[in-house]
Amino acid sequence: MKTFPTYLLESSGASGAHRLAVYRERGGYRALEKVLKTPVPPAQVIAEVKASGLRGRGGAGFPTGLKWSFMPDPQKDPRPRFLAVNADESEPGTCKDRVLMERDPHGLLEGALIAAYAIRAGTAYIYVRGEYRTSYDRLQAAVDEARAASLVGQRILGTDFSCEVHLHKGAGAYICGEETGLMESLEGKRGHPRPKPPFPAGSGLWGNPTTVNNVETIHNVPFIVDRGEAWFRSMGTPASTGNFLCGISGHVEKPGVYELPFGLSAREILEEVAGGVWKGRRLKAWFPGGSSTGLLPASAIDARMDHDSIKAAGSMFGTAAMIVLDDQSCVVRASHVIARFYDHESCGQCSQCREGTQWLSQIFGRIEEGGGLPDDLATLEGLARGMAPGKTICALSDAAAIPTLAVIKHFRSEIEEHIRLKRCPFQIEGSARRAPQAVGAR
Amino acid sequence: MALSKELAAEIEALAGKYPQRRAALIPALHRCQETLGGWISPQTMEDLAALFGLEPVEVFGVASFYPMFHLKPVGEHVVSVCHNISCDLRGAREVLEHVCRITGAPVHGTSPDGRFTVETVECQGACTSAPMLDLDGVYHEDLDLGKVDEILGRLV
Ligand SMILES: Cc1cc2nc3c(=O)[nH]c(=O)nc-3n(C[C@H](O)[C@H](O)[C@H](O)COP(=O)(O)O)c2cc1C
Ligand code: SF4
Ligand code: FES
Repeated sequence: MKTFPTYLLESSGASGAHRLAVYRERGGYRALEKVLKTPVPPAQVIAEVKASGLRGRGGAGFPTGLKWSFMPDPQKDPRPRFLAVNADESEPGTCKDRVLMERDPHGLLEGALIAAYAIRAGTAYIYVRGEYRTSYDRLQAAVDEARAASLVGQRILGTDFSCEVHLHKGAGAYICGEETGLMESLEGKRGHPRPKPPFPAGSGLWGNPTTVNNVETIHNVPFIVDRGEAWFRSMGTPASTGNFLCGISGHVEKPGVYELPFGLSAREILEEVAGGVWKGRRLKAWFPGGSSTGLLPASAIDARMDHDSIKAAGSMFGTAAMIVLDDQSCVVRASHVIARFYDHESCGQCSQCREGTQWLSQIFGRIEEGGGLPDDLATLEGLARGMAPGKTICALSDAAAIPTLAVIKHFRSEIEEHIRLKRCPFQIEGSARRAPQAVGAR
Repeated sequence: MALSKELAAEIEALAGKYPQRRAALIPALHRCQETLGGWISPQTMEDLAALFGLEPVEVFGVASFYPMFHLKPVGEHVVSVCHNISCDLRGAREVLEHVCRITGAPVHGTSPDGRFTVETVECQGACTSAPMLDLDGVYHEDLDLGKVDEILGRLV
């Protein structure tokens, strides 16, 4: 197998890698020190990140430097400014940010401090999903260590730059990963996404300029500052630079979170990195980047894993969480599991999403259980088209519609067969059995 | 009955992290659930409302939005089984059935002896080590039925 330079998970094997002393031994906080002590003007940090081509790793792939440049000029706009690090990771299939936070919390902290400096935020919040207790504890210990070493708080490293870093614990709602849902939640409310505009840079936390970035995005920043944008662009493809964390789950021999350069083919990742489809079976379908990205058939496995190539293949790069289905699995069951998730997580503000996710879940459920109606396929398609694109306050509605349209496109005959046979044609590993009945929804 | 002095002081300290106190409400709900029997009682909501200058119904509105908060009493142990896609592909349904069998609790219910509450949860970020369950806040991953026996066998 080919080998690649790595940096994000470079330290992962080392014992005590989450401690400040060990982090510093391998060059940790060197980038922050360089920025603060040279000093590199904030605009130049933004320019460097722009030039690196870094794109957000939270799902949308938005250019990070460009996002930072949307923050208003502090000379003209004296409001307090905030950085919010999105550590709510809850897109099904995705578990990469957890790896970074548990193994390398100081890496995230250093990145957050540099980002806060660049956008001139005096406070950074890290919104950690409530279930990630180890991540939270590791990050809190890192913040405490850093504070004691003058790396967090007032006059960091004796310079004029001050920045408070606070952790904030979420409580299990997927929608709080959506950036405006996150801000509502951070303010102590229900996580109801806000209509955009205004965008967070103009009016975010408590109505103030705010930048929201994903954990993995922020984690890349110290490396770019330390090693330079040209180094960063030497990895990946021209439009998707650097390495990314690829979580590969489902029916593979070696599921895991792997650091890879953009542009490898999904086949190489599946076969060489993840050991191929498990149990010697064949590939049936795969999601490239989490449950919100439309699944692709086996025939698309030579697509390259980068934003443009996956888009050209008819799906989305998303969070690079590849979910693999073998040839004995049922795509209707998979669709039901996913639709049930979006139904559970819809915040209910928009009728298309609230009603649509509920119907998608019910219809996929009844088809799987043998009660599908002849019209169900058309109904599913009509519902999904009514839910997206861009018809609702946030993109959760799209996230439910996209996999629905994809499964209809690529596996229409399999859905029809379920309806015609009045049962699931697959008999493996409990797929035809009903789930235990839920007693009272929560 | 109001919250203990210690807990109120802890919540006060949490509130200091934010320009507006209300932002500490969700972290405060966590601390209450952790220290007051694993659930958020109506009394707790009233106490928090008083502390934050909110109406109890506002606290309820927030608490009820977030799946991690239990608004009804739970068993001594809470077992949360992920039933999302990566776990489903690797046997989450069998894990869930097995958990219910061992504990005697129905899904989203508590066993008659009050020892266990079992619930399904959405993706927990353990997808590459699926299937998984969370027992009292601790993840158990790469499960098979034998491992489930081992984990829960210590408790039944
Ligand atoms: C329904 C929904 C859920 C999301 N969940 C997450 C999440 O868990 N983590 C995350 O970083 N971004 C999530 N996002 C994307 C965020 O809205 C936002 O784009 C991202 O945090 C920006 O960071 P980035 O530019 O660094 O990628 C979600 C978006 C939507 C529509
Ligand atoms: S699209 Fe769905 S989740 Fe997003 S705001 Fe509307 S109802 Fe809420
Ligand atoms: S799908 Fe179960 S942990 Fe992600």
